[in-house]
Amino acid sequence: MGHSFLRKSLAVAAAVGILTGAASAQTIKIGVVNTFSGPQASFGEMIDRAFRLYIKLNSDKLPPGVKIEIINRDDGGANPDKAKQLAQELIVRDKIDFLSGITFTPNGMAIAPIATQAKMPTVLVNAGTSVVVTRSPYYVRTSFTIFQHCVPLGTWAAKSLKKTFILVSDYAPGHDCEEAYSSSYKPAGGEIVGVIRAPVATADFAPFLQRVKDAKPDALMVFLPAGRTATAMMKSFVDLGLKSSGIKLIGTGDIAPEEELPNMGDEAIGTISMFHYSAAGDRPANKAFVAAWRKEYGEKATPNFAAASSWDGMAMMFDAIIKQNGKLNPDKSIEIMSHFKTDNSPRGTIYIDPETRDIVQNEYLRETRRVNGELQNVEIETAAVAIKDPWQAMQKAKK
Amino acid sequence: MTRTGSYSGHARIGIMEALPWIAAIAVFFLLPDYLSLGARIMIYILFTLSLDLILGYAGIITLGHSVFLGIGAYAAGILSVKLNINDPFLQLIAGSLMSAVFGLASGAVILRTKNLTLLMLTLAITAIVYEIGNKASWLTGGADGLPGVQVNPFFGRFEFDLWGRTGYIYCVIVLFVVWFVVRRLIYSPFGAMLTGIRENTPRMHALGAPVYQRLLIVYTISAGIAGIAGVLMTQVTQSVGLNVLTFEVAGDVLVMLILGGVGRIYGAFVGPVVYMIAQDLLAKQFPEYWSFGVGVLLIFVVFFARGGILGLVDKIAARGRTP
Repeated sequence: MGHSFLRKSLAVAAAVGILTGAASAQTIKIGVVNTFSGPQASFGEMIDRAFRLYIKLNSDKLPPGVKIEIINRDDGGANPDKAKQLAQELIVRDKIDFLSGITFTPNGMAIAPIATQAKMPTVLVNAGTSVVVTRSPYYVRTSFTIFQHCVPLGTWAAKSLKKTFILVSDYAPGHDCEEAYSSSYKPAGGEIVGVIRAPVATADFAPFLQRVKDAKPDALMVFLPAGRTATAMMKSFVDLGLKSSGIKLIGTGDIAPEEELPNMGDEAIGTISMFHYSAAGDRPANKAFVAAWRKEYGEKATPNFAAASSWDGMAMMFDAIIKQNGKLNPDKSIEIMSHFKTDNSPRGTIYIDPETRDIVQNEYLRETRRVNGELQNVEIETAAVAIKDPWQAMQKAKK
Repeated sequence: MTRTGSYSGHARIGIMEALPWIAAIAVFFLLPDYLSLGARIMIYILFTLSLDLILGYAGIITLGHSVFLGIGAYAAGILSVKLNINDPFLQLIAGSLMSAVFGLASGAVILRTKNLTLLMLTLAITAIVYEIGNKASWLTGGADGLPGVQVNPFFGRFEFDLWGRTGYIYCVIVLFVVWFVVRRLIYSPFGAMLTGIRENTPRMHALGAPVYQRLLIVYTISAGIAGIAGVLMTQVTQSVGLNVLTFEVAGDVLVMLILGGVGRIYGAFVGPVVYMIAQDLLAKQFPEYWSFGVGVLLIFVVFFARGGILGLVDKIAARGRTP
């Protein structure tokens, strides 16, 4: 308690200092509920780096006297009760102007009621379950949805690969991908010859992949949480001879994440993945983004999809600040952000669908190749242009 | 101060024991910005208290106590989201009962074992329930969590607000009631019997005490209390996530209890308060490295304060008395 008193007096002193010093200076606070500890801590770093890099390179575009302050909070992973407490404190105590981060869907679900109650414009930069953005009218999403990847993947696969075996992690996003893929693959004439839902913590995929091999499909569609598991799956896929027997490995970008490619080695070559972002994309905006990233964080650093959507999320908040000339009104902010559009995203042209406040973006079909000695996910085709979340459309169709 | 397992002569509530409640009221008026952290601390105190009852008093070791928190939490969530039962007290009673019934059923099986076997079985049961929570997404929402939990305003008036005032007062009142019951239980002959079982089981058998039955009763009560903590967590958060069923939570609560002092009713109060405030302060200063600070705190406690923080306080007090 003594500590808080001390802090309060310091705050008062600082406030007096600001008032007497520069009367016109204004600080806009962005509270970020992010994941900095636990097994998913790499998200926290990507998101934070993207935010800071954007602010560093673009702060001259802000109205004169306006400064941005980021207040980071660590939710430690999918911990809705903690995430909600942190968001509540950011709103009530730190008096933030925007809320962002939200790495995991359950955390976004828990924060939604208070975002609504406090009228807090909130930018979701990672959570990928379709429904989460509908939970609050003050939510807007710059990341992606699982359906956005898996529906175009099914459409593309049906053209040349007639029989698919599906292997997904046994949790909600995995079930979503299975449903999304089937929804476009089957009507287009594809046949699903088997489905395996593997436990999320699976480390050894050999028993599952043996069953896949026996079923002799044209393609194996895989959805796993991004990270090490993909490498384990890739090794078994090659070791058991599925690759040499001609089965095509396809999936979302999570099966060939950039940071794992060096660990996968040449075995990853030929993997087909559908994603909204690849660091190897040859758009000028992306080249500039990757170059700026490497200049700031070192030659070996590579931004991933979470970095790209955080970069765009910050661009969106900047847009709202600039258009209101620094005098923020939450309803106006969310209105401006729901109409956000840019051609200069590292992902190409993106915009927000004003009706759903959800991201509309391209989906790229990528193939893992070795380019100049480096493994990359090379974009070979824009498989879907300006695709809205297919799940939302399906929900509407159901009604 | 309450001593480990002592039974006679402490049944009357001492003046010192009013301290936590005075502090809880003071926090409400002096630190209105910290009430949502405060409510979470109250919930964790409840949860730690339930663990203290079985681990500290009865000597039942467990690494899967989160299963009861989770069942309480999901019971309340499912009642509201699927069945539209939004009365806070009804949710509280139902969640607690569900958890207690599960405690009784699982306890009836696993309490026949001891030590490492028991430990492994608690782990296994929690792993199974976690996987059910993950797979039955039509009921629990799976890994996406179960949002949209509604709680009617208390007595038709007091709603959960943005500042967390109602949530805080509610949690403090529930904790007070549970504390009173637990305290009575510990200082009853039943409580003395638990201590006896912990200290020397063969001897309790020799005395003709129904050991298994007593353990089963306390396990059920503990499960019920953990269930209450789970319900409160759901009501305050207005959603449930799978994290309530993880080993991490079971581990956290064990650490909090050890930090405060195992086998003392106030160890369950001091541990969560110190752990969660330390975590909160450190995480705000160093969002990326706070776990290092918490680790140092724990090493310090293990090396220098074997009986937890309260054990340290006792030691210092004893030194003051005998120069």
